[in-house]
Amino acid sequence: MVTVTINGLDVSVEEGMTILEAARFIGFPIPTLCYHEGLSPYGACRLCVVEIGEAPRSRLVSSCTYPVEEGLKIRTASKRVVQARRMIIELLLASCPQSKTIQDLASAYGVRTQRFKQEYEDCILCGLCVRMCSEQMMAKAIGFRGRGTERSVGTPFDIQSDVCRLCGACMHICPACQLRCTYNEPEKAICNACANLRPPCLEKEQYDDMMCYMDPCVACEIK
Amino acid sequence: MEQLTSFGMFKALQERIVSESCPEIPTIVVPAGTCGQASGALELIRAAHHHILKNNLQARIRIRATGCHGFCQAEPSVYVEPFDTFYPKVDPARMKDIIQAALEGRTVEDLLYVDDAGGERIERLQDIPFYRHQKRTLLSQNERIDPLEISDYLKIGGYTAFAGLLADNDPARIIEDVKRSGLRGRGGAGFLTGAKWEFLARQADGKGKIIVCNADEGDPGAYMDRSLLEGNPHSILEGMLTGALATGADQGVLYVRTEYPLAIRHLNNALRQARELGLLGKNILGTGFHFDISLVKGAGAFVCGEETALMRSIEGKMGEPRQRPPFPVQKGIENKPTLINNVETWANVPVIFRMGVEEYAATGGGEETGTKIFSLVGKIKNTGLVEVPMGTPIKDIVFNIGGGQSGKGGVKAVQTGGPSGGCIPAELFDLPIGYGSLAKVGSIMGSGGMIVMDENTCMVDVARYFMNFLKGESCGKCFPCRKGTQRMYELLDDIAAGRGTPGHLDLLEELALVLKDVAMCGLGQTASNPVLSTLKYFRDEYLEHIENKRCPAGVCKALIHFSINENCTGCGACVKVCPEKAIKGERKQQHVIDAGLCSRCGSCKGVCAFDAIEVR
Repeated sequence: MVTVTINGLDVSVEEGMTILEAARFIGFPIPTLCYHEGLSPYGACRLCVVEIGEAPRSRLVSSCTYPVEEGLKIRTASKRVVQARRMIIELLLASCPQSKTIQDLASAYGVRTQRFKQEYEDCILCGLCVRMCSEQMMAKAIGFRGRGTERSVGTPFDIQSDVCRLCGACMHICPACQLRCTYNEPEKAICNACANLRPPCLEKEQYDDMMCYMDPCVACEIK
Repeated sequence: MEQLTSFGMFKALQERIVSESCPEIPTIVVPAGTCGQASGALELIRAAHHHILKNNLQARIRIRATGCHGFCQAEPSVYVEPFDTFYPKVDPARMKDIIQAALEGRTVEDLLYVDDAGGERIERLQDIPFYRHQKRTLLSQNERIDPLEISDYLKIGGYTAFAGLLADNDPARIIEDVKRSGLRGRGGAGFLTGAKWEFLARQADGKGKIIVCNADEGDPGAYMDRSLLEGNPHSILEGMLTGALATGADQGVLYVRTEYPLAIRHLNNALRQARELGLLGKNILGTGFHFDISLVKGAGAFVCGEETALMRSIEGKMGEPRQRPPFPVQKGIENKPTLINNVETWANVPVIFRMGVEEYAATGGGEETGTKIFSLVGKIKNTGLVEVPMGTPIKDIVFNIGGGQSGKGGVKAVQTGGPSGGCIPAELFDLPIGYGSLAKVGSIMGSGGMIVMDENTCMVDVARYFMNFLKGESCGKCFPCRKGTQRMYELLDDIAAGRGTPGHLDLLEELALVLKDVAMCGLGQTASNPVLSTLKYFRDEYLEHIENKRCPAGVCKALIHFSINENCTGCGACVKVCPEKAIKGERKQQHVIDAGLCSRCGSCKGVCAFDAIEVR
């Protein structure tokens, strides 16, 4: 067991835990997007940043990847942390405003507007689907391609992957497209069933044949 | 050469090479690194060979093609040993004069370097202002050796320091010495090299340890590492051998970017020679010490210079960083403890032991020791690679070595540290150069890029340029870096296009500060520097763009317009070059520019001999 101070509270937590696990275990909420209990930590969305150490040498680290250390001082909701999270949410909202998950985050952090050029992207590249596919489904059907603004999730050469079993786990875990009902016109919040919901490795027609992990599936309910 | 199996054999070989070297025979030295070859060094070498063979002078004079000597402005150049004569910008047709003069022990007067300030001809390399104000501990070796010959490196005392340390076999003392020398990582972060080595030495031995030379130099306009890799590959191998001895590593990796084909060729050649001689591989010099180095070519991503991304790239995976901890030294390539140092750091290691720890530690000012190579480019007279002791004021580099601005406008700022660095305004040029001092003013040392900017450089445009580079080179893994750099570029683009509002500045600053705080790796954390440092020192330029829709430097195309003043003689030169046919006027009459047609390309300004084109 190691002793850490979270938001001024001295607590004993198990060695090997990450800050995120420790904080959530004690009861301090930390928002996440690219984190999932069943998958390896990735540290890419940066929403889970917390402040560690003491001023003026304190710094922000992603709590999902940082292991607890003896005597570590952690603040999960300091002004600096909240400011950073609000900016990340604003960036998310500017790129992917259709996502219910992101809308909820924005609402929780009081982010009412975003000041950038509005985009409507389908994917925030959190990598949950890629890790789900490789770590839980043992398929490795999808992966990342490209870099920077060109980065995307998909299969090599955009050809349907032989190892994809159409399990739909990638869709199930996706925070951007999950329960998104926007049809082809992103501005209209009208349900289009799951027209744009398909695993990146699938042909559109095959959607009918596959297992659906939506729970509850809005599309099915409306049909 | 036979394989060396003992110290005695090593010493004997070295003595033999020195005794057979005949230093009195004149040698024509031509810097033929990638840069030299591009400016015509190979033509010079060809001409020299031709003349020597034709006149049967092989026994009386020698030619040596070496790596870069640093003085880009003067390339293709020739340097003659042992007279120390330097000829800049040599025409291949004049090679025979140089050879004849060298044989007779005189100089070719009209080819010598002319000093801009004094107007006099300077004969010796050391007296040229560009070289005189430097302290070329590393780079001076480039003149003296042929990078393809291990014997040249042995001749100047190469591998001696390593052999001595191997004989002592006291790893703890090597680490102690490197620590005492004060050497800090030359890649940019400036971590104490000795301390880093100690971390690796302390790791359990079981799995084997790896040391890596990071030669993925990617900053635009920076080529310090290339000059060392091409010009003196053995010094890097010797540094890595010393590192391996100190830390107990058994495997070395040279990670070189594919864009450096000549460096790769020279390194492969050096590796082969060192192996043949028994200085690399199993049972080095018969001591039972094993260490070998392999070469990995990078696949062309800027982010692979970041150490966690570099390790993934070596493993054959996609080059993207991961969060530390675990640090590479705990869990690196294939989960083995890994130590990564920059090319220049490794090249400094043999220097420390050759010149002595105390003397090395005494070089430089204050707490930071040794010399640092900078790639001095931009609006400056003498561009090139300059090596100065730590603590040298920026103004010495810009004015004494660089010779001041090249154009009409005065020097406004220098940008250090590559795309993730910052701009330092001319008011702060008294600043002694060092890791700490540069960080204090909002820039970074980086790997040593130094771009000089004058009054015709628009700082908004500079920030926009670097942000465009970073947005393309961000790996895209961490969301704030991928989107943050894209958004900052959009905001800067708006400002440069005259669409800026005061809100743009606030948002830009807010975003830049958050990105610095939250990004996963060094690339993202420093990506804000170009924006933050220009905002700090050149805010008035931003405001001018936003409030008055004016670009003071006359760079941002949307905000400038060209006109012709009464200086115009009506020569018609501008009419000929204008791609839009926007310039009209009678011969010998003042011309006019049709603002509707003008694309603001600046071609007319470039050809006008009468200063008649005004940019506002």
